[in-house]
Amino acid sequence: MSVAKYVIAATADFPAGTRRLVEVDGRAIVVFNVRGEYFALLNRCPHNGGSLAEGVVTGLVQSAAPGAYQYTRQGEIIRCPWHGWEFDIKTGKSFCSAIRARARPFPVHVEDGGALVEGPYRAETIPVHIEDAYVVLEA
Amino acid sequence: MPIQIDCDIHPAVPNCAALFPYMSEHWREMSVLRGIEDLQSINYPDSVPLTVRSDWRPKSGRPATSAETIAHECLEPFGSSLAICNCLFGVQTLFSEDLAYTYVTAVNDWMRTEFLDRDPRLRASIVISLENIEMAVDEINRCAADRRFVQILVLAGTARPLGRRNFWPIYEAAVKHGLPLGIHAGSELRNPPTALGWPSYYLEDYVADAQAFQYQLTSLFTEGVFNKFPTLKVVMLESGWTWLPALLWRITKYWGGLRMEIPWADRSPAEVVRDQVRFSLQPVDGPADADQMKRLLEHIGSDQLLLFSTDYPHAQFEGSEVFPAGFDESLKGIIRADAPLATYPRLAEGTP
Ligand code: FES
Repeated sequence: MSVAKYVIAATADFPAGTRRLVEVDGRAIVVFNVRGEYFALLNRCPHNGGSLAEGVVTGLVQSAAPGAYQYTRQGEIIRCPWHGWEFDIKTGKSFCSAIRARARPFPVHVEDGGALVEGPYRAETIPVHIEDAYVVLEA
Repeated sequence: MPIQIDCDIHPAVPNCAALFPYMSEHWREMSVLRGIEDLQSINYPDSVPLTVRSDWRPKSGRPATSAETIAHECLEPFGSSLAICNCLFGVQTLFSEDLAYTYVTAVNDWMRTEFLDRDPRLRASIVISLENIEMAVDEINRCAADRRFVQILVLAGTARPLGRRNFWPIYEAAVKHGLPLGIHAGSELRNPPTALGWPSYYLEDYVADAQAFQYQLTSLFTEGVFNKFPTLKVVMLESGWTWLPALLWRITKYWGGLRMEIPWADRSPAEVVRDQVRFSLQPVDGPADADQMKRLLEHIGSDQLLLFSTDYPHAQFEGSEVFPAGFDESLKGIIRADAPLATYPRLAEGTP
């Protein structure tokens, strides 16, 4: 399958802390805006296929010793709604050493409309203007 | 003769009077005045067939009350070079901290004088009461100076799960002295023996011991005891072990979604068990068929987990073959010697 560029949204319409479920080429992919950076995961939990787009976005709880809780990376972890497995939104990796499976990441970047219009790209419903910036998924 | 270490045998205290020489005058008198004649608990009633194998049952009184009997009925017939004595006299059922401490120290001193001093092949566990943790640690420190005490002994049926932090000073002492924590079948009787309350029959009590062990292992894992004390060894004694794979599958399955509750857990339950938990061989609650037993041993996942034990004088098998079908010779060798020596650092000091 060749990789194509998909224009998901204008950055102005896709604010920080939100996510979008898109379908490209028959695949459901969830795109997250984490504090202005965009990341994408296949919307199929590697465990049993739960929809990650419906999971809770949370942070990472770590511990140096029993009873010590260190909470970091708020907004960077997605918890699958089905059985609670956690995945790093940025990489798809799990934090539980019993889980070897990983959520499949896809590259996303922001591109100026000016560069985009030179193509090729696909943006069936989103008009691309040279003066705006767009979230572009490669899948 | 190849080394064989019997990791679970049970010398019996005949009655409280046998401990009087190891008690202060005050407590001797209190025992008599209060009519404390025996601390037999319902964990192992004398009359139950399981408590004493028929060929070891004396005409009267309890079995295994002397070092000579143990040598003659257990060490020599089974060909063991060393054996670890786990005394099951019901001292853990006492509620008074002082009375419990009195009986615990008496049992340990009785063990040293009547058994360890009489047969160089014997080793013992330090019996403690969990009624008062500071006193338990004192007793560990007191006995640990004698290197023939190789383990700390508690019962599986505790008042609270053993992972809880109030017990941790015991684990600290265990690590400091190079003593594994032995958890033996039986209950302090602070709680009913089953998760469903009080059962009707002894069969239920004994079967339910496995629940207690499973829950203790789960508690030690989730509360982070193995993370806090990565060199601690825990030995499950007379626990059975054929349930282990299913328990590990279950914990692992739900840990995946509940990791954030116990973020200190950095190893899978199976890894933790492989690194830090061991099981005495008997009783084997397994399939009679050798091929099925081999498959079960594969599920166990490590050849280091089982420690040779006869569970003398309890009746777990007949005759002199301690291993059921399905164990190959190299595995038997590991179970008899290598695994016990790796588990109990103090054993190597006296191995003949
Ligand atoms: S399907 Fe996602 S955790 Fe089970």
